[in-house]
Amino acid sequence: MQFSENWLRTFVNPPLDSAALGHLLTMAGLEVEETRPVAPPFTGVVVARIVEAEKHPNADKLKLCKVDAGTGEYLQIVCGAPNAAAGMKVPCAKVGAKLPGGFAIKAAKLRGVESFGMLCSARELGLSDDHAGLLALPEDAPIGADIRAYLDLDDSCFEIKLTPNRADCLSLTGVAREVAALTGATFTPAPLTLITPGSDACRAIVLDAPKACPRYCGRVISGVDAGAQTPGWMKDRLKRSGIRAINALVDITNYVMLELGQPLHAFDNARLTGAIHVRMPHPGEELLLLNEQTIKPAPDTLLIADEARALGLAGIMGGEESGVTLKTTEVFLESAFFAPEAVAGRARAYGFASDASHRYERGVDFQLQRPAIERATQLILEICGGTPGPVEEARSDEDLPQRSEVCLRPARARQVLGIDIDLDTMRDLLERDHLQVRNLTVELRVTPPAFRFDIEIEEDLIEEIARLHGYDNIPAPVPQAGLSMLAATESSRTEWDARHCLAGRGFQEVLNFAFIEEAWERDFCANDTPIRLANPIASQMSVMRSSLIPGLIANLASNRKRQQNRVRIFELGRCFTRHEDTEDGENGSAPGFGQPRRLAALAAGTALPEQWGDAARPVDFYDLKGDLEALFAPCALTFEPLTAPALHPGRAAAVLQHGRRIGVIGEIHPRWVQGYELGNAPIVFEIDLDAVLAASRPESGEISRMPAVMRDLALVVPAAVSAGQTLNALREAAPEIVREIHLFDVYQGQGIEPEHKSLAFRIFMQDTRRTLEDAEVDEIVSGLLRHIERAVGGRLRT
Amino acid sequence: MDNLDQLVGGAQAAFAAAGDSAALEQAKARFLGKSGLITEQLKALGKLAPDEKRERGAAVNRAKAAIEAALEARRDCLREAALDAQLAAERLDVSLPGRGSMPGGLHPVSRTLERIERLLHSIGFIVADGPEIETDWHNFTALNVPPNHPARSMQDTFFLEGRNDVLLRTHTSPVQIRAMLAHADRHRALDVMPDLRIIAPGRVYRVDSDATHSPMFHQVEGLWVGEHVSFADLKGVVADFLRKFFETEELQVRFRPSFFPFTEPSAEIDVAFMSGALEGRWLEVAGCGMVHPNVLRCGGIDSERYTGFAFGFGPDRLTMLRYGVNDLRLFFEGDLRFLSQFR
Repeated sequence: MQFSENWLRTFVNPPLDSAALGHLLTMAGLEVEETRPVAPPFTGVVVARIVEAEKHPNADKLKLCKVDAGTGEYLQIVCGAPNAAAGMKVPCAKVGAKLPGGFAIKAAKLRGVESFGMLCSARELGLSDDHAGLLALPEDAPIGADIRAYLDLDDSCFEIKLTPNRADCLSLTGVAREVAALTGATFTPAPLTLITPGSDACRAIVLDAPKACPRYCGRVISGVDAGAQTPGWMKDRLKRSGIRAINALVDITNYVMLELGQPLHAFDNARLTGAIHVRMPHPGEELLLLNEQTIKPAPDTLLIADEARALGLAGIMGGEESGVTLKTTEVFLESAFFAPEAVAGRARAYGFASDASHRYERGVDFQLQRPAIERATQLILEICGGTPGPVEEARSDEDLPQRSEVCLRPARARQVLGIDIDLDTMRDLLERDHLQVRNLTVELRVTPPAFRFDIEIEEDLIEEIARLHGYDNIPAPVPQAGLSMLAATESSRTEWDARHCLAGRGFQEVLNFAFIEEAWERDFCANDTPIRLANPIASQMSVMRSSLIPGLIANLASNRKRQQNRVRIFELGRCFTRHEDTEDGENGSAPGFGQPRRLAALAAGTALPEQWGDAARPVDFYDLKGDLEALFAPCALTFEPLTAPALHPGRAAAVLQHGRRIGVIGEIHPRWVQGYELGNAPIVFEIDLDAVLAASRPESGEISRMPAVMRDLALVVPAAVSAGQTLNALREAAPEIVREIHLFDVYQGQGIEPEHKSLAFRIFMQDTRRTLEDAEVDEIVSGLLRHIERAVGGRLRT
Repeated sequence: MDNLDQLVGGAQAAFAAAGDSAALEQAKARFLGKSGLITEQLKALGKLAPDEKRERGAAVNRAKAAIEAALEARRDCLREAALDAQLAAERLDVSLPGRGSMPGGLHPVSRTLERIERLLHSIGFIVADGPEIETDWHNFTALNVPPNHPARSMQDTFFLEGRNDVLLRTHTSPVQIRAMLAHADRHRALDVMPDLRIIAPGRVYRVDSDATHSPMFHQVEGLWVGEHVSFADLKGVVADFLRKFFETEELQVRFRPSFFPFTEPSAEIDVAFMSGALEGRWLEVAGCGMVHPNVLRCGGIDSERYTGFAFGFGPDRLTMLRYGVNDLRLFFEGDLRFLSQFR
């Protein structure tokens, strides 16, 4: 909502400067977003009349003017404006004047002719960008008057951001009422005259949908001059309120809407047929709107119609074929109350907004229709002339909003706000706020006025008290509460532990959008039926991701373009899958979707940053596997070969924890490495976050004092047998005294028969109570070898 | 007597002349070896009369001890010299960088979220979670935003194709409802429900994209419901939090009336720094208010008996203010040159 400060001050004029007034409004919840002066500072410019305008003797494009600036003598001024002509009234900067930017006017010689002042365009005064010629002033402008006073330029435009509950402030009257309540200054309402009808011209009104429109006032005014000029003061006020002047009749309806808050519509009465009907649409009906859009109104859209056709969308926008034009001589004025629920959301559904719908959907004073139509009539008669008929009012009292008493318990208000405020003070605040208050000693009963749509329950009143008392005057103590400790469980880690672990291992966290390109879902997840957004912001953000990996790959590609080739990144976030049987509440998801939180990492480029100490090599599967195992330590993971659309089929694994699959790890498939220009094959993993966060409390066991025995076994196994299978076989066969088996060498090549490989294991054996005998150890080792032979076809390397 | 002194003097000179341990061992043999000069002197004692023998023996032994001491001293000296030489040879260029890789880092917004969690945890707020594909009921209706309510136009919502009952949550406030329902259910059997204090950090989505708006961004919702929770408490918690977050007690914090369907009274929270580039400017950082009774009821809580407050911070904005980031889009572009500054 934008308005002129001076206009506001005609209704209420507290002893506050512009800045203080702005602060007052902001701190009352009417946030002032911007205050800007109507004109930049300048002095010494007056209304003047050009008495004579002749050609400059020495210049073709200059004129020599004799100017009456009310100084008692004619001033000789040289002027270059093409429109300078005798008889015209214009702004004249006299000698000694200071124009915007500090430009001082002095007596000067121009092409050999003396000039005592300057005639000004609108741009030279900083009023607009218009520099086509001098600013033409009205014929009746008083010569010699200071232009700032004459054009009311010592004024500011206030732009306030109103919250949807304060529709009552969508007018000068409303803001003035608020200022009066906040400051105690006197509020002078707009003049209200009851117009005596000069004819009995009228048009019948039928409320076919009285719930949606319980009150409709109409009036015919005949013999108007639609081409009359809108007065300058009205144009200025409209302009300073951000509304473009169109023609006198439309300007007047807009002016009254700004002044009082009541949207009005002017029909060309000659284009109407029969009675006005306020009704729901007929099937198949079409309507051409003022904005030249043709629509088929939805069944829940209230229409204004006559007996022949639909005329406009009630409370939203008038129709192109029934509105006033410059040829209009007979006006039918509409001033109606439409219920907020009958207008709310409708304009948005058609893809536009209007000043009227903005007000109606938030709530217009339902007692304002008659005063507003009288006020508009008065202005039309003044500006366009004409003869008014009587005001026709159709009304359905039972459907008008009701204002019921709301109870306020002082103790409740004190408790909710945490302040000590007595009943009388509360009563005083509410009465200043134009609320009607009954005092029932233990509580207040409050009836809101017709212009307030936001006072229905006790909390609404508590809010009013807080607002008028001043939020600043409510203390901000450190709250008191019982000192019960929060849990600090060891059965899980936090997501921060996981983030810090990966960061500690050289990974940088990234955050990617949850909506991605459809092609990524197809390429990396083989997902042809992704979850699509109905209204994506762009096509490359049109489907919900089912994996974090595509985003990390995109990060890699974009960083490579910025010459960042060694990339180690991770993301922790939600993925989205279809899950027809997910009921609400289960896993915290909305019905039909799975939304697991996952943790994914990508490593690309060299294993180590470029450095002097070790030979450079590209990062590989086992580097990232090491990072993943460190993330889970001490919990051991197992890995099984896997085929996945994003991954190299020979270099990918399912990750298992306690036998349950929790994620994947692998090298990106060469097809995508090439297609997405990723350089060396990046390695990725993606894991369920829940699995990462699982933890268990450590338990202490007995530490043996007996010496440990260590044996190394180099086993030759067929190449197809994995290290994991071999290790599992060893573990299966190992008796309890085998404490640990670990792989320390893998070899394939000379000395080993083709299609085989050598795996070397170190085996630690220890008993808690006695020293192991050599023979016993030998027996265990032979047992292991026998089992290896059977299980994986392996034997001792010789 | 003199020859013994000469012997000692000779040994000392010979030891001093020995440049390494081999030469020293040779010199030692000359004096202390089986046929060394001292050994000879000791052997010669047998030929002497007992009185002379005792006297001479003591003198020879003194000379032997002196030579042994000289030998030991020279050995120490050579050891020291050898060690010095070894150390000199082993000197490293300590300016060469260390091996291995440097740590990465958390995303700056994560850094902020972790601090927010830690600060609020210290006064008993625990983290609650909710889905990002949310039901219309949790996101709007339960939060006192019925269909067609003008407040719905304040938030441009992403919807999913083929479903009109779900959406991408436009704020973290639906977690309030989930947390209240769970809390009320858990404590149903008690006379007095214990206070509920939660924060809900997370990603939210709105149809908006420019330098100051991202279609995906973060919020942290806070909620405290209990028997005696007031607007003054809300002011106290939020002001304390903001001053601790920005680590300055001089931070100006103001509460300005505003409107949210799910709180009443409602406020916007502005802060102003007393120094730095943004000195003296009011900057909007959060919205808050007392939980609307309709919302408490949708959360299964007796709105007559319990009151509560809720607040919602924009951690992206807090991060920008804290670390001097001037374009929100940088957070979501994954540019390592930007992100690696936050280690």
